[in-house]
Amino acid sequence: MIKTDALIIGAGPTGLFTAHQLNLIGLSCEVVDNLDKIGGQCIELYPDKPIYDIPAVPECTGEQLTNNLINQLKPFDIKFHLNQRVEEVKRDKENWIVKTNSGNTFLTPNVIIAGGVGSFEPRKFSPKECEKFENKSLFYSVKDKKIFEGKTVAIFGGGDSALDWAVELSKKSKVNLIHRRDEFRGAEATVSKMHALVKEGKINLFTKYQMMSVKGNGKLKSIDLKNDEDEIKNIKTDYALGFFGLIMQLGPIANWGLNLNKKTIEVDTEKFETNQKGIYAVGDICNYPGKLKLILSGFHEGALAARACFKLARPNEKYRFEFTTTSTNLLKRLGKKE
Amino acid sequence: MARITYITHNDEKHTVEVQNGLTVMEGAVQNDIPGIDADCGGGMACATCHVYVKDDWFNKIPKKEDGEDDMLDMAFEPKTNSRLSCQIIVSDELDGLEVNIPSKQA
Repeated sequence: MIKTDALIIGAGPTGLFTAHQLNLIGLSCEVVDNLDKIGGQCIELYPDKPIYDIPAVPECTGEQLTNNLINQLKPFDIKFHLNQRVEEVKRDKENWIVKTNSGNTFLTPNVIIAGGVGSFEPRKFSPKECEKFENKSLFYSVKDKKIFEGKTVAIFGGGDSALDWAVELSKKSKVNLIHRRDEFRGAEATVSKMHALVKEGKINLFTKYQMMSVKGNGKLKSIDLKNDEDEIKNIKTDYALGFFGLIMQLGPIANWGLNLNKKTIEVDTEKFETNQKGIYAVGDICNYPGKLKLILSGFHEGALAARACFKLARPNEKYRFEFTTTSTNLLKRLGKKE
Repeated sequence: MARITYITHNDEKHTVEVQNGLTVMEGAVQNDIPGIDADCGGGMACATCHVYVKDDWFNKIPKKEDGEDDMLDMAFEPKTNSRLSCQIIVSDELDGLEVNIPSKQA
């Protein structure tokens, strides 16, 4: 069990700056995120898109903003737990016990939800019966490519993941690549490579087709594809891979007994605390009268939630407000003074 | 100002007046029309404001710009008349527009 003064759920800009504020006032924190990298929506959805409304930063991309925030955390020792989702939050006297789906358990008086619109999960095939095959013969990511050797694999999607795997798996498997239109959004070089492999007969390409239904008994046997003209084609397959990007899902947060409003969590504007003592929500996921879904609002909310955490993490101490320009305490924590 | 009709997957019709300059997505969100999630808030980055535009209207409204089809690749059950409603800007010419909302966004 990992003990910490505060656990932050979400490593987007708000979560990162909240971590900064916690450490600055002398509290420890750990950060959990379901993505495999730090940065949240900024890094997953718009790494290259410029942002123009970060105070004192006239222009920066999602990636630059993330890198700057990570740099700002350098003086501190913050542990990130990526690739995992918080599943369960349970009260234990003055603390919360928080469990993730990869087996980590945290004991903390403060949980700060900086979860954006929820955790990123792969988008799935639309036919309901696909669930029966999931993680057996139907996948949304590749963990062990060896299982495909000598087998027939149907790959769906038009981006880099679909193309990269089509090219890679075509070396040792029979690959059918299926995409809803003729244009691919993947890198040009990969698209050309894929087309070359199609010419060589190494990849069978079906464009303007989408999955209609899956057939099989325990194991996938075949897939019915349908095109825009409602023509149906049945292809035999041992495996199916879907690469349709990621979608944000509120997920288990919905079961923690918090007051929800659509996909957001109600908080007060003093501590950004939810209806549960010691659970806060900041950034896009929180809701209060006048809420603006801007990154700058998340920074403010995180700063205030961090001060609220102090009370529960250090019940016998008094929090003193200080400036980084003048406080020896803060400068020491920032590594600017011995 | 344009009257826009949003038809949910179970055939409920919601007709609302939407101000010029707003998007069809914003018209739905502001009027609490179910089935348009708009997770990214109109940044063409999530494909959860996906709608089907009736054929006669599909050709009348401004065409898709770069990137919209890339996002539609990820939408739930895209069709030839699929659009992202955050990319359709409302004007007087759109008065009477009907869009169908898919059974879910993801």
